[in-house]
Amino acid sequence: MHTTTNGTNGVHGSNGASGAVQAAPAASLEGYNYAFLDELSKKAVRRALLKGVAIPGYQVPFGSRELPIARGWGTGGLQITLSLVGPGDVVKVIDQGADEGVNAVNIRRLVERTSPGVQTTLDTSEATLIQTRHRIPEQPLREDQIMIFQVPQPEPLRNVEWREAETRRMHAEADYSRIWVALYEDVVQNGRVTKYAGYPVMVNDRHVMAPSPIPKWDVPKLHMAPYLSLFGAGREKRIYAVPPLTSVVPLSFDDYPFAVESFDGRVCARCGSPQTYLVSLPDEQGGSVYVCSDSNWCDTALERVGSSDLRAAGDKEAQS
Amino acid sequence: MTAMPLTPRPTYHGAPSSPRPPLPHAGEGERTLAARGSHLGPALRVDGLTRLFGPGCPECLALTGPDHETNTCVSCGSLVACANVSFELRPGHTLGIVGESGSGKTTVLRCLYGDLTPTGGTALLAAFHDGERSIFEASSAERRRIRNFTLGMVYQHAWEGLNLRISVGGNVAERLLAAEWRRIGQIRERAAGLLGRMEVPVSRMDDFPAHFSGGMQQRVQIAKALANGPAVVLLDEMTSGLDVSVQAGVLDLIQEIQRDEGVAMVVVSHDLGVVRLLCERTLVMKNGRVVEAGLTDQILEDPHHPYTQLLVSSVNA
Repeated sequence: MHTTTNGTNGVHGSNGASGAVQAAPAASLEGYNYAFLDELSKKAVRRALLKGVAIPGYQVPFGSRELPIARGWGTGGLQITLSLVGPGDVVKVIDQGADEGVNAVNIRRLVERTSPGVQTTLDTSEATLIQTRHRIPEQPLREDQIMIFQVPQPEPLRNVEWREAETRRMHAEADYSRIWVALYEDVVQNGRVTKYAGYPVMVNDRHVMAPSPIPKWDVPKLHMAPYLSLFGAGREKRIYAVPPLTSVVPLSFDDYPFAVESFDGRVCARCGSPQTYLVSLPDEQGGSVYVCSDSNWCDTALERVGSSDLRAAGDKEAQS
Repeated sequence: MTAMPLTPRPTYHGAPSSPRPPLPHAGEGERTLAARGSHLGPALRVDGLTRLFGPGCPECLALTGPDHETNTCVSCGSLVACANVSFELRPGHTLGIVGESGSGKTTVLRCLYGDLTPTGGTALLAAFHDGERSIFEASSAERRRIRNFTLGMVYQHAWEGLNLRISVGGNVAERLLAAEWRRIGQIRERAAGLLGRMEVPVSRMDDFPAHFSGGMQQRVQIAKALANGPAVVLLDEMTSGLDVSVQAGVLDLIQEIQRDEGVAMVVVSHDLGVVRLLCERTLVMKNGRVVEAGLTDQILEDPHHPYTQLLVSSVNA
C-alpha cells in the first residue's frame, strides 16, 4: 500500500507519482484536496482503521464526512479508500460483483479525478485497493491487496436488539446468546438457518461481526485471509476491520453446519466456470440462465479459455 | 452436610497447570451440571451486602432500619434498600428470605444476579475463583459469565425472565446457548426434558410464552433458570400470583429438582408457608435490614423479633 506521503501540505500534483503509473486522463479537480477529503479527516479515518485492526471485529465510531455521493451509497467504503490512496495505488471498485455498475463507475471516476497518480482498473490481480459492495472477488487475493467493504448495517445484533447502548453492552460482555437464539429459532421453524447475505461471523473468537451483505459463498474467504479487510459504514458512522490471518467463523450449530450456496452443479453459462457464485438472469423462454456474479472473473476466464466456440455459445446463451 | 472425607483434599497450589477448575463446557452429551466448586465450603457467602438509591451520606445507615421504621434517610433522602445483609448458603441447601413489601428482599437477589450493582459488601461464589474473590469486584464480562454458567434467576413476573417474542423452547435454549451449547439436538433434548419435568406439554415447546397461562409461564421460567445446571438459583416470589393448586404443583417440582440436582437456592417470599416447606434456614428482613436469622422451624415456632412475631401470628390467625 502506498500512503500519501505529501501529508499535510495537500499537494495534488502528479509530482509524487511513482514511476510509470499515471492518473487517468481527467485532470485533478481545482480547489480540492488530494483524494477529496482534507488531510485531517483522512487522518481521523486512518486512526479509526488502526483501532479497528487492533481489535478485530470491533466497531469503531468515526466522524463520517460529507461526500459527493449520498450516505447509503458506499460513503463508508469510499472514505476508507480516499484515506488510503496515494500515488502508485491501483483502485478497483465492485458493485455486486460487477465493475460496470453505475455507482462503481462513479466512485472510480471520483478517485481518479481527485487523486493524481492513482490508477483505476477492472483487473482484480492489478488492484492494490479493492472497494466492494456485496462481493469478494473470485480470484484469490494476495497479502499486498486490501479489501474495502461498503457496509449498510454494521451491527450484527441489530435484528435482535434495536438499542445501540444495549448492543454495545452485549459486545463488551460477549453476551451473544440472543443472536444464537435467533439462529436456533430459525432452525426450529425452517429446518435450517435461512440467512443468506451478511451471515453473522465470530471474529478472532471474540466479536460477532456483520461481514457486510456478502453472500454466504464469500464468508469462508475471510477466514485466515492473507489480506487486510476493512469495513466502512458511512451512514452508521462505524469502521471495523479483519486483519490478515485472523479467524472468521460463521455462527452455526454442530449439527446444522454452515454451508455456502449450492448451484446444483450449474456452471456459468457465459464462461463455463464451475466454482463461482452465480446469479440468475431471465431468458426469453421465461426460464433463467446462470452467469458469474464476478464480471471481471468471467471476462478473464473467457480470455483464458480462448475458445471461440465456448465464448460464442456462452454469449449466445447469455443473450438468449 | 456431606461428611468430611478421611483423606485430606488435594491442594492445587503447586500445580500451575490448573490454578482453578475450569468452568465445565456444557454440550458434551452428558448432562453437565455446571460449576459447583470443588471444595466443601459454602456455595455462596454474602457479607455486608448494601444497596443505596440516592446520593448517600455518612448517616444513612444510622438513620434508617427497623428501629427508625423507615428505609429513607432523613438527612439526605437516600433510600437504603438493603444494608449489611450477610448469609451463607451450602450446596444443595435452601435459604428463605421473608419480609414485608419494600424490605429489600428483591434488591438482595438482583444484586446477586447482577441486575443491580451493590453499594457495598462482598459475595463469594464457590465457582468463581474458588470463592476467594467477590463477584461484585468482577468485570462486567466476568459477571455475565457467572450469570450464564453459575446462577439462575426466577423473577416474580414471568415477563421479566422470559423473552416473550421467542418460543418457550427458545427461551430455555437461550440459557443453554449462553452456556455455549452448540448442538440443536442436545439443546432441544435438554429443553424438552426440563419442560416435561415442569409439566409444560412438550408438544407446545415451539409456541410463544404469551399463549401460556400464568402458572405455566412461571414453570417455563423455572425450567429456563435450571437449564444450564446452575450452582445457585435465585427465586423471587415465584408463586405469588398463582392460584393455590398451581402453587402446590410448582413447589413440589422445586423440591423434587432440588433433591435430584442438588442446587442451592435462595427463595424470596412473603408467604411463610412457602418458606416453611422449602427452606432449612430463613432470614427475616425489615426496612432493609436482617432482623432475625436462623433455622426456619425455630423462627416460625419461637420468633424473637417483634416484627417476626407479628408476621407469624398474622399467618396463624
